[in-house]
Amino acid sequence: MEVKKKLVALGRADVAIIGAGVVGCALARRLTLDGASVIVLEKAADVLDGASKGNSAILHTGFDAPSGSLEQDCIAQGYKEYLETCETLGLPVLRSGALVLAWSQEQLDELPKLIEKAHKNGVTDVSALTKSQILKREPYLSNNVVGGFEVPGEFLIDPWASAHAYLLQAMANGAVLYRDTEVVAGQYDGQQWRLETNAGSVCAAQIINCAGLYGDIVEQRLIGECPFTVTPRKGQFVVFDKSAAALASSIILPVPTKTTKGIVVCRTIFGNLLVGPTAENQESRTDSSTISDMLAHLREKGIEMIPNLEECEVTAAYAGLRPATEFQDYQIRRIEGKNYTCVGGIRSTGLSAALGIARHVAGLIAPDEFSFQAIEDPIIPAPDRLSNYHPRDWEEPDNGGIVCHCELVTRREIEQVLNGPLPPSTLQGLKRRTRVCMGRCQGFYCTGELVKLTAGRFNLPMGLGHDDQ
Amino acid sequence: MTTNNGGLPRKSDVAVVGGGTAGLALATKLKRLGVGSVIVLERENDAGGIPRHCGHYPFGIREYGRLLKGPDYARRNVEAAVDAGVDIKTEVTVTALHPDGRLSLTTPAGKAELQAERVVLCTGAREASRPQRFIGGDRPLGVLSTGALQSMTYLQGMRPFRRPVIIGSELVSFSAIDTCRHLGIRPVAMIEENDRILARRLVQPYLMMRGVALFTKVKNLRILGRRQVEAIEFIDAAGKQQSIEADGAIISGRFRPEAALLHLSHLEVDPGSGGPMIDQFGQCSDPSYYSAGNLLRPAETSGWCWQEGIETAKWIAEDLSRGQPAVVPSVRVQLVDRAIGFSVPQRLSISDRTGGMQKMQIGLNVPVKGYLEAISGGQSISNTWLNSRPVRRVQIRLAPIVQNCSKSPVELSIQRNK
Ligand SMILES: Cc1cc2nc3c(=O)[nH]c(=O)nc-3n(C[C@H](O)[C@H](O)[C@H](O)COP(=O)(O)OP(=O)(O)OC[C@H]3O[C@@H](n4cnc5c(N)ncnc54)[C@H](O)[C@@H]3O)c2cc1C
Ligand SMILES: Cc1cc2nc3c(=O)[nH]c(=O)nc-3n(C[C@H](O)[C@H](O)[C@H](O)COP(=O)(O)OP(=O)(O)OC[C@H]3O[C@@H](n4cnc5c(N)ncnc54)[C@H](O)[C@@H]3O)c2cc1C
Repeated sequence: MEVKKKLVALGRADVAIIGAGVVGCALARRLTLDGASVIVLEKAADVLDGASKGNSAILHTGFDAPSGSLEQDCIAQGYKEYLETCETLGLPVLRSGALVLAWSQEQLDELPKLIEKAHKNGVTDVSALTKSQILKREPYLSNNVVGGFEVPGEFLIDPWASAHAYLLQAMANGAVLYRDTEVVAGQYDGQQWRLETNAGSVCAAQIINCAGLYGDIVEQRLIGECPFTVTPRKGQFVVFDKSAAALASSIILPVPTKTTKGIVVCRTIFGNLLVGPTAENQESRTDSSTISDMLAHLREKGIEMIPNLEECEVTAAYAGLRPATEFQDYQIRRIEGKNYTCVGGIRSTGLSAALGIARHVAGLIAPDEFSFQAIEDPIIPAPDRLSNYHPRDWEEPDNGGIVCHCELVTRREIEQVLNGPLPPSTLQGLKRRTRVCMGRCQGFYCTGELVKLTAGRFNLPMGLGHDDQ
Repeated sequence: MTTNNGGLPRKSDVAVVGGGTAGLALATKLKRLGVGSVIVLERENDAGGIPRHCGHYPFGIREYGRLLKGPDYARRNVEAAVDAGVDIKTEVTVTALHPDGRLSLTTPAGKAELQAERVVLCTGAREASRPQRFIGGDRPLGVLSTGALQSMTYLQGMRPFRRPVIIGSELVSFSAIDTCRHLGIRPVAMIEENDRILARRLVQPYLMMRGVALFTKVKNLRILGRRQVEAIEFIDAAGKQQSIEADGAIISGRFRPEAALLHLSHLEVDPGSGGPMIDQFGQCSDPSYYSAGNLLRPAETSGWCWQEGIETAKWIAEDLSRGQPAVVPSVRVQLVDRAIGFSVPQRLSISDRTGGMQKMQIGLNVPVKGYLEAISGGQSISNTWLNSRPVRRVQIRLAPIVQNCSKSPVELSIQRNK
């Protein structure tokens, strides 16, 4: 459930989770299902407003993760659990597979090492492909490709619906969410934590810092110091219209470098094709703005790899910020005697690893498996069903008619989300939950209708009446 | 599929996709010409198209001989269609086009299908979105196309901002100023990437009259703001970084055909116009399909699209009277000069069929002064003096080209030094 009124004196929760990014959401689900009482504190008006706002939405196998790292382990576990639970949670998977492609001799020379690493990481179905095999599979690729290998297990998912589903399941089974609630300080009295927020205080036996881009700042506020510093790394993307999706069936990955996975071309589960991300270090933890030159450059990059993209329209552009630190690996550790766990530096694989991270952290804070009593028959909430590759609401009777014509979003879908347990409080949030305004017209046709449907629902309304100030 | 096909007939002589100006005019004319069943499929709650949102003049001069506001004009078009016996179905979205005139539809009741002897695509055009123009910056509230602004203000009576900047300088950008004025919104500036406004220069003094600053030849446009727009940044013509305080941005003009259905269908699309490849009768690559209105090219006035609908109706009625649609030989129009962005039609059918468009429409990529020459089979078959620019209406006579083209493609180029 969600509590909207100010927090005043609160009951004691077993665990308070700071931050509702994909990692915090996955943790809320895991710990709730394990039987803990959970409170989630999110400073933004809506969940998924930090690093989890914009990513490539690839469910990674971890084939290229540093072997033996915590990251590699969490991705492998997270990947496995995602595929085990996606059906139960009603989450879509587009089983596209990936091709890692070399575009120069130098890159070609790197491939054997990468394949070896993939096998070492347990991704054993990775195998080399010749140029002609590649072009046969992906006939629209530029002829300049020189070689590559396939990673059949890399898939595409809905980055928002999955995180929402984790949190919704946690809430349906007892977890409590507070939005617009920023943790500013806290004390541990040897028994429990008392967290101070802008909306009141919260008590919990255990606290978990999942503050993403603010992980170091939150740790400083609570512990006094932090061994890592977050340096946000921006990734910009351009999204091509649905007609472009026919041009690449696999995820097209470049040969990765130390700092970045490089520019990817892949479909989205929503039926588009995206090109990105860039990797640009910056100081600001909020500036996810795009630069026109960079967007034009990304488009060019896309055309270099798939020449026919030249004739496809761009429908969207966005940027995400990775919570990178000076360390390569995740910064997950528990401070013994303080009942504090930091889940930081979940840089560029958090979507894939979230469920694995959640299991790992649950093991850290409740090593004794009897410390919580797992819930029997947990409630399974209805997820957002937005995949272009699976049945959608507009195909069903009594959908109330279509409001967003580009993404075929029905009135019923919008109303269900607005009246549901996790209603959006911003237009961005409604977009993530329903895809309104995310298509090629970007609101040219449906804005008027949306203004009417969302009146009184958002913190910041889409429009004001003529007399409002 | 719903058992009663969503309340729709399963068959129709003609199905018109899109009940805007062109679709309604075309359907009305078809009925008046005696075609049996004509159905208009419109996805909105009401037919009428974009004029429904345009609570301003000028509409209707050519059609009704009087000056009307958009909504009144749209109502008249709908009434004329209903009077003529057109079956208008609203809240019906066409979701896929299949060969030989079969359509997939969705209605509030669920999916449906329709088979028509001829389908006419009249889905119109919309303004290019912010990402399509690569405008960088944050993604705050308060960034709208003129179309969205108008539907929000006229249909819902809401105001999204008070002091926006207008990006673009076409006629529709000036119409945005008017829309704003009626709502007490005061645009602070008009910003254009080209070196002069795209609308005719004679409208420029209007900006001064309304206190709107004009910046042309700007670069690196960025929209900034955390929640609502706070500022617009750019590099001005003198190379100076500028920042204008504003609480909104109207992204106006650069119309593109609303061609989503087309791109995902079997029909041939012209990347230049963004619309379907048609011949001089408005017939698409699948002869069961026709098209008219702003889907053909970006973008004309409503009066123009209305006329286009009427003309196209005549050719369709005549085609229907011949029975099954037939593929006839045709030649391509090829643009051998980069200054030419598109031609409509893109294809000329060579048959005994007479009539068809009298003019060919041309879209320019850059300002042009020179002769537009058409060559076919090595012979110059048409020469037209042009002094025009992008976004302007450019037409050349089609008859000499159709009559004189041999069986080889028609090449269009510009002769600049004559
Ligand atoms: C460009 C890009 C591409 C990516 N591609 C992929 C991919 O294809 N596959 C994949 O698996 N991963 C990908 N990722 C990585 C993935 O998106 C991140 O690892 C993940 O989103 C990190 O989530 P998080 O929950 O740790 O952080 P966040 O999403 O930042 O969540 C932290 C939350 O804490 C809140 N918060 C902060 N401070 C406070 C406070 N004091 N009090 C209360 N709340 C607070 C914030 O508001 C925020 O909501 C990509 C990332 C980027 C940027
Ligand atoms: C802001 C603005 C101001 C304008 N001002 C003027 C003016 O002052 N004077 C003037 O003459 N012209 C003006 N115009 C131009 C005028 O609106 C167009 O010329 C005219 O509407 C074009 O008619 P159309 O039939 O081609 O397209 P539209 O009017 O756009 O009609 C297309 C119709 O197709 C429907 N449709 C699309 N796809 C589907 C589908 N898949 N299934 C079912 N239905 C579908 C749409 O809902 C729409 O109703 C203005 C345009 C804009 C955007």
